[in-house]
Amino acid sequence: MPKPKLAIYWAASCGGCDIAILDIEDKILDVVDFFDLAFWPCAADFKYKDVEALPDGGITLTLFNGAIRSSENYHLAKLLRQKSVVLCAFGSCAGEGCIPGLANLYTREGIFDYAYLKSPSTVNPEGIIPGISTKVPEGELTLPLLWNTVRSLPQVVDVDYIIPGCPPQSDQIAAVVGAVIDILKNGKPLPPKGTVLGATDKTCCDECPRDRNVKKIAKFIRPFEIVPDPKLCLMEQGIICCGPATRSGCGAKCVSAGVPCRGCYGKPINIKDQGAKMVSAIASVFDTTDPGEVERIIATIPDPVGTFYRFSLPDSVLRRVQV
Amino acid sequence: MSFEPRIIGFLCNWCSYTGADLAGTARLKYPPNVLGIRVMCSGRVDPGFILEAFRAGADGVLVCGCHPGDCHYVEGNYKCLRRIPLTKTLLQGFGVDSRRLRLEWVSASEGALFKDVITSFTEQIRELGPLKLKEWNFDPAMPDVVYAGTKLEAAHA
Repeated sequence: MPKPKLAIYWAASCGGCDIAILDIEDKILDVVDFFDLAFWPCAADFKYKDVEALPDGGITLTLFNGAIRSSENYHLAKLLRQKSVVLCAFGSCAGEGCIPGLANLYTREGIFDYAYLKSPSTVNPEGIIPGISTKVPEGELTLPLLWNTVRSLPQVVDVDYIIPGCPPQSDQIAAVVGAVIDILKNGKPLPPKGTVLGATDKTCCDECPRDRNVKKIAKFIRPFEIVPDPKLCLMEQGIICCGPATRSGCGAKCVSAGVPCRGCYGKPINIKDQGAKMVSAIASVFDTTDPGEVERIIATIPDPVGTFYRFSLPDSVLRRVQV
Repeated sequence: MSFEPRIIGFLCNWCSYTGADLAGTARLKYPPNVLGIRVMCSGRVDPGFILEAFRAGADGVLVCGCHPGDCHYVEGNYKCLRRIPLTKTLLQGFGVDSRRLRLEWVSASEGALFKDVITSFTEQIRELGPLKLKEWNFDPAMPDVVYAGTKLEAAHA
């Protein structure tokens, strides 16, 4: 009986999800014991043609991390969807766009303009910008086309499950992988399509160990401006924490260490737009009933769009900046 | 054919919706462009509703509640008073003109004010033009836009 095949791919990604998979430590041995690794470009020498050679449905499980922002990312998303029985959007980039998704605050032309022409350390007197094909004596060389709008994996192909987090915490990865092996070994039913795995159904505030009281914020401060009280809610101390609008499952490790939640586990259950919920949570607790004072408090929040949508911009209701 | 604005109005049950109703019973004439949605309190209006309204095709969103101090639920309209300006900041950050979102306090007896608000807001949205969200849909046949006449188009030709 041949072993089921496993594929792990990275699209527009930082590599952190692949490291988080390795971070399950000795449980990785259970994984390689049970699965036959078909494709994991980060860790071993596989080529795209190895995937193309497989039959449709030949890969039992694909963990796809990284956002979709180029024609190459899209090609592999379609290819792996075709060849996989179960396709998981692994991590925040695949699930909701994550940090690459912040490119949706700009246009591709603006990004290229800055990176290749205008940045202070760029020296490019001929004004050369990357193209997508060039002819050399041996033939034609091509590069993928970078998209103007970054998309999440579910926006471009049909996805079976989403595993949120930047990266998903290793204990959650181990739990998910263990559950998958259990299901495949013992013929148990798969969870309903579209289930979010490796996370729970509350918000980060529920997992936070700090004391929470009725909040009244007169102004917001940057985290470096105070030494926060280790036992009190960070938002009460004026630090913007995305805990109220972020899915639980991470164990609130950041806030336990004194760092405000940045929202990497994405929008909570039944919510469409993480940033809108942050606006609701933050604005509701301004300590004023005067419109002028409201404006002054808003002025103490630097970059609301980038802060409230740091991980979820492509997955938001508006998806990108309207330029 | 000139553009007819489509405006969603979130009207609180106790004051604003009643005020709108009064405009109706008094036979006051105003443009028909606002689709009123009754909520129990302006504090119920989640910024997500506003964004969803724009996504669904609204060119403008109007939120009306009881005057500050007169909220039927005591403090709900204060929450609205705090949320709407931050939502406008968010909209501005997204490149959506924040004048497309308006907050007005309309009491149950202010049918004439309601008529004035609808008339002026409809005109404002007519001036601002339709809101068409760019590149919202992913079209696999044409997954991307290369800006015509730009350096990028030349590079990608």
